[in-house]
Amino acid sequence: MTSYRAHLLVCAGTGCVSCGAFEVRRALEDEVRRRGLEREVLVVATGCNGFCERGPILLVQPDGVFYQRLKTTDIPRLVEEHLVKGRPVTSLMYVPPQGREPVPRMKDIEFFKHQRLIVLSNRGRIDPEKIDDYIAYEGYAAAAKALGEMTPEAIIAEITAAGLRGRGGAGFPTGRKWEAARRAPGEPRYVVCNGDEGDPGAFMDRSVLEADPHAVIEGMIIGARAIGAARGFFYIRHEYPLALARVGIALEQARRYGLLGRNILDTGFDFDLEVVRGAGAFVSGEETALLASIEGGRAYPRQRPPYPAERGLWGKPTVINNVETWANVPHIVRRGADWFSGLGTATSKGTKIFSLVGKIANTGLVEVPMGITLREIVYGIGGGIPGGRKFKAIQIGGPSGGCIPKSKLDLAVDYESLKAAGSMMGSGGMIVLDEDTCMVDIALYFLRFAEEESCGKCSPCRVGTGEMARILAKITAGDGTAADLARLESLAATVKQGSLCGLGQTSPNPILTTLRYFRDEYEAHVFDKRCPALVCKALVAFAIDPETCVGCLLCKKACPARAISGELKQVHTIDQEICIKCGICLSVCPSKVRAVRKTTPAVAGVAGSPAASARTAPSAKSGEGR
Amino acid sequence: MRGPDNYNARMCPSRVGLEALTKRSKGRQRALIQVLQDIQDRFHWLPPESLEHVAEALGVPLVQVYGVATFYKSFSLSPRGRHICTVCLGTACHVRGGGAVLDEFERRLGIAAGQTTPDGGYTLERVNCLGACALAPLAVVDGRYHGQMTEAKVQSVLAGAKKKDEVP
Repeated sequence: MTSYRAHLLVCAGTGCVSCGAFEVRRALEDEVRRRGLEREVLVVATGCNGFCERGPILLVQPDGVFYQRLKTTDIPRLVEEHLVKGRPVTSLMYVPPQGREPVPRMKDIEFFKHQRLIVLSNRGRIDPEKIDDYIAYEGYAAAAKALGEMTPEAIIAEITAAGLRGRGGAGFPTGRKWEAARRAPGEPRYVVCNGDEGDPGAFMDRSVLEADPHAVIEGMIIGARAIGAARGFFYIRHEYPLALARVGIALEQARRYGLLGRNILDTGFDFDLEVVRGAGAFVSGEETALLASIEGGRAYPRQRPPYPAERGLWGKPTVINNVETWANVPHIVRRGADWFSGLGTATSKGTKIFSLVGKIANTGLVEVPMGITLREIVYGIGGGIPGGRKFKAIQIGGPSGGCIPKSKLDLAVDYESLKAAGSMMGSGGMIVLDEDTCMVDIALYFLRFAEEESCGKCSPCRVGTGEMARILAKITAGDGTAADLARLESLAATVKQGSLCGLGQTSPNPILTTLRYFRDEYEAHVFDKRCPALVCKALVAFAIDPETCVGCLLCKKACPARAISGELKQVHTIDQEICIKCGICLSVCPSKVRAVRKTTPAVAGVAGSPAASARTAPSAKSGEGR
Repeated sequence: MRGPDNYNARMCPSRVGLEALTKRSKGRQRALIQVLQDIQDRFHWLPPESLEHVAEALGVPLVQVYGVATFYKSFSLSPRGRHICTVCLGTACHVRGGGAVLDEFERRLGIAAGQTTPDGGYTLERVNCLGACALAPLAVVDGRYHGQMTEAKVQSVLAGAKKKDEVP
């Protein structure tokens, strides 16, 4: 094998690719060739590095130097300075939001410093399209051990002792699931990987599939051996084209290496995997619905028990685990249950990947030990809230989860603590909300989502989610009453109890947690007809401050409703009768001027004079701090 | 880029074209979703005659084919436009102002999300998360990602798509 003096690891996850990572890689390859360095320097496209906010990202090894937000025009200088002259380019390095000095090395950056990588240990260091890269980092050693040295019982005992629980959200002990499937009568048996990651704001499974597809395949080989399955399925949503492509490549390579197919590693064990592409239905993430979809029908969930471990795909015993769960398995088999259970809390072992998004400085994917506090995640890794805004809440667990307020920031994250706080682990989406987020609007957002995605099979979910969304919409429109709040609470209880599957059972959580922690915001909407966060359109108005307006015509030209009048260098005014409250005037008003104000409650007909009690909002742009 | 004649040929499948897409799955009920996906990928919608053909080829009742075709979001039972505009309304995009971006697309195109302009030029779609939350709010036009969208940027993004029509 050729050895190189430097490896240029370009992140090729979806986030970086969208910002031009492939162009950057091409530019790097061209530049390296142009300077005749191709025998010394290797350009590698890796999986998602996690720090998506800063893409495209480049890591130079062995120096460990981290470059970010690269453009193709930066490349000639970067190659010349760093690789020819040996002088890292400080202007392309990461500068923390509160500091001025660039941080050259990846391991010193706060975002990476507090993470503990197990599942994501190969991210940013291997080319996911090369099986040799995976093998070089002990890949398939666990499969060899499980198939060659361990009995199925011993594998299950190891997973059980490790305390691994389902990473898809519910947290069911993986070892127990496997045991049940192994004992259940019926042949053939199946293993399934649930890669239908539908929670909005969660993309950890996509990232694992893109960055390290072999780890998931290896986990499934081990699981198949443990329960005695000869066939398995990957169910991956169609919105993830890159993940689908990489899993396809990985399967082909594994087959070529004799790691899938007949007589794997000469152990007499036969196993192969097939990819099924999802067709776009959130409910397919529910395990029984997913199995129905693999069988070629509509993704309708069914009553459990019997659980899939007893009667799953085509009525046969089936183990269905989430992507991240499968990816944990090789690590446990290779390094032992004791090592794994040494990490985390009493009930939740190991690490968990979270996607940290929303109103947060360092958006990205983080893997942290169970038991870390929310404060460490938001302020330590996430770098806090951008634009000087105040933290309001963190929404965890997607449409099934809930909003956790500031007072609970010191909560140690595990399955039980999140549940006690009214939320749930879910698949691990963490959406940070700041003072510009309206909690009633957020609840409405999730309920509309649940209503739309409800498959319609059972009435509590089909009718209940729609009804809850209707009441919330009424409140955000300023037409809510005290009776509506009571009705919401009773409906939430009914839907929770009466729904068939997890989608319906957990759909009231966004309402219940916001009512529990942010009742004052609901009351402001209902009784004062105010939206304190200035979000709900019916309760806000836009006006131009005559003191600060410079009469630049920008907002007048941009207004799609032609609601703004005024001449050049004269104060502009908004006609409230015509205004459609689209907010374009606010976003185009120059940041030096900021004459457009958003006010609540909406005071019709008083154009140009914001209500006395109203507070002003900065433009959307400066609020983001980008 | 594509003339109108060419466009019609692309949208309306021939019997032979459908045969090619279903022949590997004859009589295999399990392949239903996959076959529909292949047709959707090829024609960008599911023409009625294709559903009848699939029912016959796979030996599945037509009602079941319709059931599946209407259940999943990636299938479209009406022709889609030459340009596909997708606005992400995942939670991260929602809290960073994705709703206002969608409103502006709707206003500029004169259609609601889920619809196609009468001239067949644009289809506007809303998705619940593309998993590229760092780019929020996000819009994708003809496969190109436009991150950190604002209402004010919509016009130029659409103008970019329109420009492609003018290239011979």
